[in-house]
Amino acid sequence: MDFAVRVDGLQKRYGDTVAVDGVTFDVCRGEIFGLLGPNGSGKTTTVECVQGLRRAGGGRIDVLGCDPQRDRLRVRRLVGSQLQDSALPDRIKVWEALRLFSRLSPDGPPWERLLDEWGLRPQRTTAFGDLSGGQRQRLFVALALVNDPRLVILDEMTTGLDPAARRVAWDLVEAVRDRGATVVLVTHFMDEAARLCDRVAVLRAGRIVATATPVELVASQAGRSTVRFTTAATDLGYLNNVTGVAEVRRAGDCITVAGSGPLLARVAHALVDHGEEPLDLRAELPSLEDAYLALTGVPATDGGAETGKVNDGARAE
Amino acid sequence: MRALSEITWVELKLFGREPLTVLFVLVLPLIVLYILNGVFGNQPDPSVYEGLGPVDFYAPAYVALVVATVGVLSVPVHLASYRENGVLRRFQASAMPAVTLLGAHVIIAVITATVGAVLLITMSTAAYDGALPNDWPGVLAGLLLITLSFAVLGTFIGVTIPTARAAQGLGVLLFFVFLMLGGAGPPREVLPSAMQTLSDAVPLTYAGAVLRGPWLGTGWDGGAIAVMVAMLAACLALTWWRLRTLDR
Repeated sequence: MDFAVRVDGLQKRYGDTVAVDGVTFDVCRGEIFGLLGPNGSGKTTTVECVQGLRRAGGGRIDVLGCDPQRDRLRVRRLVGSQLQDSALPDRIKVWEALRLFSRLSPDGPPWERLLDEWGLRPQRTTAFGDLSGGQRQRLFVALALVNDPRLVILDEMTTGLDPAARRVAWDLVEAVRDRGATVVLVTHFMDEAARLCDRVAVLRAGRIVATATPVELVASQAGRSTVRFTTAATDLGYLNNVTGVAEVRRAGDCITVAGSGPLLARVAHALVDHGEEPLDLRAELPSLEDAYLALTGVPATDGGAETGKVNDGARAE
Repeated sequence: MRALSEITWVELKLFGREPLTVLFVLVLPLIVLYILNGVFGNQPDPSVYEGLGPVDFYAPAYVALVVATVGVLSVPVHLASYRENGVLRRFQASAMPAVTLLGAHVIIAVITATVGAVLLITMSTAAYDGALPNDWPGVLAGLLLITLSFAVLGTFIGVTIPTARAAQGLGVLLFFVFLMLGGAGPPREVLPSAMQTLSDAVPLTYAGAVLRGPWLGTGWDGGAIAVMVAMLAACLALTWWRLRTLDR
């Protein structure tokens, strides 16, 4: 197997806080690899060490055959990145930023093309400080591609984009991979990971708790499945005797049956036997979101709210 | 080299888009020179200004003040805000070493200081009959030395101080200390002895002295040059050390 990134036993601490505690993973060439995890789980620190922006406290990192510590400049020429919490000078114009960064790496595509690909032509002469959140994000991704990188690191690329812009961004990430680059995608959106990633690693408190394809991850964490339907009938006690059923809950007319095995087929059979034929009988299969929740104990959608709390705390100090 | 020239050009344009900074750095010393000339004229008085005419005494001091203001105010505020907002990380991630960005700011400081010097020399000679520099190459060499010293001091402050707001506060504080005690305000002869001692500790005192020698043809002030060279060397070493620990 040909690897673009190999991380082995990465350690990083800030003062007394352990940010990354023995993270190990490999990214194959040409794949889109997702790093998932709640805020503070070490995702950003990990990718910063990978691109040589931070010194690793321990462990080994290999990026396209280079050590990001020793060959910093070489790694940065091979890697394009869109960083979390980064900015440009407020008064720099979009075209100036693209031109400046493309001049730094003369092998890249013409910057005018990136302007069109990322829909920034109307903002060509707009100052960075006057761009909307989504426009900034698109500019950062365009800047990440300005050196025609072989590895692209996107850290929360679609945060701040509206749903339509997210979909456009997803298509472009696939286009980047189709051109032959490897992509490391840091995200806390499970729909994004499920749609784009060939494999994902889930981080929790500085450690990797799972590495797998999204489908494998769901299968490994899916202990129970659920069947739902609505009925006015009150006597459903027979469902408790169906093989595999663990629990029957009722809220008004809505019935939820939880259990394992081929639950939908067995519940349907029992219902029909008792003359019940609900129109909305359906199975709810576990999603990547459920698997993520089971692994990290944190709902994926709560990521943003958690950051807010941390920031408020810091401001109050 | 290519990276340095590209970033310098862009940064120079950005600097020009902040008229308030330009105004403060370049125009304030002109205003102060105008006021002082109105108060003192340019008649030599043996008891103060080392026996020089006030305008002849102040012109080099104000060129030095422009240099020092660029160094302790404009450079650190820019760099601190770049660090605070993640601009520095953005540049670093794009194969632009931090040193290149710092270098660009030092070059811009040299350019600004040169423009300030030209404005002040023009005003003091044309409007107030002040002395033109006696030894042009000497003044230029002195200007380059003090500009590098203060710009690298500003670079060190910029990569060390946590926020742009703190850098602004420190810069304004230093500006007033320099203005009052560094030979750009009351003449040293009228200062009480405690303040004279303080004045000896202010780097602007030496920057003004470095320029005054070749400007008035009274010979180089070796001690002042040594102080400026020492400050430059110390700030280079500190900046180098700070950059090594920045990304830990």
